[in-house]
Amino acid sequence: MHKVLQDFFSPHNFRVALPTVWQGFQLNLKLMVVAEILVLILALAIAIVRGLPGRGAAPFRALAIVYTDVFRGTPLILVAFLVGFGLPGLNMHVISTQSRFVYGVVALTLVYTAYVTEVYRAGIESVHQSQRMAARSLGLSYMQAMRYVVVPQAVRRVIPPLLNDFVGLQKDTALVTVIGVAEAAEQAQQYSQNNYNFTSYVVAAVFFILLTIPLARFTDHLIMLRERRERAQAT
Amino acid sequence: MSFVSVRNVSKSFGDNRVLHDVDLTVDEHNVICLIGASGSGKSTLLRCLNLLERVDEGEIVIDGQTITNGHVDVNALRRKIGIVFQAYNLFPHMSVIDNVTLGPTKVRRVSRSQARETARELLERIGLADKADEFPDRLSGGQQQRVAIARALAMEPKLMLLDEITSALDPQLVAEVLALVRELAQTGMTMILATHEMSFAREVADKICFLDAGVICEEASPEEIFTNPREPRTREFLARVIEAGRL
Repeated sequence: MHKVLQDFFSPHNFRVALPTVWQGFQLNLKLMVVAEILVLILALAIAIVRGLPGRGAAPFRALAIVYTDVFRGTPLILVAFLVGFGLPGLNMHVISTQSRFVYGVVALTLVYTAYVTEVYRAGIESVHQSQRMAARSLGLSYMQAMRYVVVPQAVRRVIPPLLNDFVGLQKDTALVTVIGVAEAAEQAQQYSQNNYNFTSYVVAAVFFILLTIPLARFTDHLIMLRERRERAQAT
Repeated sequence: MSFVSVRNVSKSFGDNRVLHDVDLTVDEHNVICLIGASGSGKSTLLRCLNLLERVDEGEIVIDGQTITNGHVDVNALRRKIGIVFQAYNLFPHMSVIDNVTLGPTKVRRVSRSQARETARELLERIGLADKADEFPDRLSGGQQQRVAIARALAMEPKLMLLDEITSALDPQLVAEVLALVRELAQTGMTMILATHEMSFAREVADKICFLDAGVICEEASPEEIFTNPREPRTREFLARVIEAGRL
């Protein structure tokens, strides 16, 4: 028992590891914010492309489907390897000369955009056809109807599942440690190896937990608000 | 020359033939009522007029423009045709006034302040000026439907299509909506109504068309249709309506 406490919860190691792990964690925060912004924008674009009507849009729809299938199916760690080690190996202009941080963002964005595209798509499809019809009958074009009528309603509906995916993304920023981004998990590992103690991992875990709990509570709160509103409407 | 002219129009959904060789002409400032059982093709005919549905055969000319040849600018056409639906279909994420100004600002490119001013006048006219900033779910069905009419009117349409707009309303809310339609008729708005409100149709219509199984079975003045219908099927339908206490 003493050994467990000493190896995982040593107050001394906690204090010493804290600054370096915190430094790494700031990188997680940056990865997270940049990737989340990119994901929000790209996923919406791809979801809209996937819903485009008509035969002319068929190739674009197909591309969007292939993209989501591939990146939803591939483990993030493999995507990280392919991006973080594969792209620099190509020796190409721009593509091969980015920082590890950028490759980390790219890997996270590729995978999470695929998830979030599906979330948006579910939201867009949940807006009743009659809303589109009403918008189009006012003379709005397809894209105007999407922009002013369908997407605003869709986004409101998918905010809880969206935030849920972001909890996943926040945690998965730790995975890009495999391509050598000096984030919290990486720093924790180094500390652990240098000091033969695992407390640094616990420090990193605490940071992640502290970050995700408020988001999770906020999501619960939104879901509760909506349920209350829907109950009020039903009466 | 008539404002709307429908010639030999047919429309099927799969194997189900909803409109069969329909002919209809509507003069400017006239009110036409389409009556008939549910599923007789009234709604589909209205939706063909603003190209929410495409006809399979036949020709529709509106305001001198053939709309069924595939070369028409759909959005430009819809700008001059207002449609109001049975289920109101207001935009739930927008306030009443934003519902009314969306079309004018985005489609007709009217300035926001101008659009809001016009919208306030319209809301005043339908008696809902005090609800301008409410959201649709705070309004009664009758109020929502009046807003839907105002939303269509804000586009300054030359033709209004009303698709069973009182069918989803509680009986005590029907009158306020019909009063508004009556007022529109008096201002000379060209309108085509699909309706189950027989006494109202009799009162406002210049012409009544009885549809049965996708065919315009009888077309005549309200007086003739209601007092002296020629077709057996019209008589049968009206007898059932009277039996149900709706006339």
